Amino acid sequence: MKNEWPLWEIFIRGQHGMSHRHVGSLHAPDAEMAIKNARDVYTRRNEGVSIWVVEANNISASSPSDKGPLYEPSESKVYRHPTFFDIPEEVGAM
Amino acid sequence: MYAQMVKSEATNDDPEKLAEFQAKIDADIKIEPKDWMPQGYRKTLIRQIGQHAHSEIVGQLPEGNWITRAPTLERKAILLAKVQDEAGHGLYLYCAAETLGVSRDELTEMLLDGRMKYSSIFNYPTLNWADIGAVGWLVDGAAIMNQVPLQRTSYGPYSRAMIRICKEESFHQRQGYDAIRKMAEGKPQQKKMAQDALNRFWYPSLMMFGPSDKDSVHSTQSMAWKIKMNTNDELRQKFVDQTVPQAEFLGLTVPDPDLKWNEERGHYDFSEPDWSEFFDVIKGNGPCNTDRLAVRNKAWDDGQWVRDGLLAHAKKKRAGQVAAE
Repeated sequence: MKNEWPLWEIFIRGQHGMSHRHVGSLHAPDAEMAIKNARDVYTRRNEGVSIWVVEANNISASSPSDKGPLYEPSESKVYRHPTFFDIPEEVGAM
Repeated sequence: MYAQMVKSEATNDDPEKLAEFQAKIDADIKIEPKDWMPQGYRKTLIRQIGQHAHSEIVGQLPEGNWITRAPTLERKAILLAKVQDEAGHGLYLYCAAETLGVSRDELTEMLLDGRMKYSSIFNYPTLNWADIGAVGWLVDGAAIMNQVPLQRTSYGPYSRAMIRICKEESFHQRQGYDAIRKMAEGKPQQKKMAQDALNRFWYPSLMMFGPSDKDSVHSTQSMAWKIKMNTNDELRQKFVDQTVPQAEFLGLTVPDPDLKWNEERGHYDFSEPDWSEFFDVIKGNGPCNTDRLAVRNKAWDDGQWVRDGLLAHAKKKRAGQVAAE
């Protein structure tokens, strides 16, 4: 590990109008090189119009064991979905 | 395959957690880096993904050998793109392995000092241009057999790497078939070269799948964990069934006098490769083992000053930024 280049997470905007999406990671000495390497590693076939790079150790992630407390509450809230409500046919599209 | 004879590691974990883990796998729920996983699963995957990554990297050498001697500028550009893809495939896979807690440098060092293997196929030389066609057609063709099912593997980062790789791999096989077809349809001397390439690469390609593992405990465990999706024999049969008609189309003869269609089985019967040769190559005695590792070691050593220099520059720049703030 002594002199290993840091790890960067790579996010690519696939086409204009879309969000950047995580595509993978790579090692690079700095952000500038990370972008250059990301261009070679992840956009060889027109996969992108924009690149974000983030040093991996700057990312905080939720823990798998928090899955219950984090996401279960929303399971019981069906009224948050439009399909919960019956709209009479006469009213038309809504 | 690109990962051959990967031994599964015994697992010594809490039976309750193990059962929960297996239930997730059976339900096709992907395992992600921060999820709990058995030690054996982690270790086996590091070995398998690492070996796969090393194969992509070392696999650049036999083809890189012909970049400067490609017959046309177009073939040169195609081959260059293909070899660049192999580097990319290696990088996707190394990153997937790193999510399991091994560092890139450790993986590299284990390749360079021989503790980790790469596929036996890359220890065979590419003697002439026809071999480049044969490598794309047969070697990448064999690799695809294994890689396509691995897109569904249980480990998320590995699965995602395989999906990217498979998208690009089809180009590799098709450019190879296109190159060898040009020769097979060319002058008699060219056709002879194409046949000679098929003769030399046929059995080493069959060896890529590894020896029969229908009785192997390692394979049974790996298949239960869904890090191996098919037996070696299944994949080899599939490869033969797919490749024989392609050879016939080229007017080339598969170098196996016992090859014949078996109506009853609905598959081709074919001869097994010489497994003693396979074990010899794995042990380090193939035609190119020494050379391949020497080239990788030299590249690593010669690149040291570049890696160090860029890191030193990055640190200096960062220190400058901090001072300016």
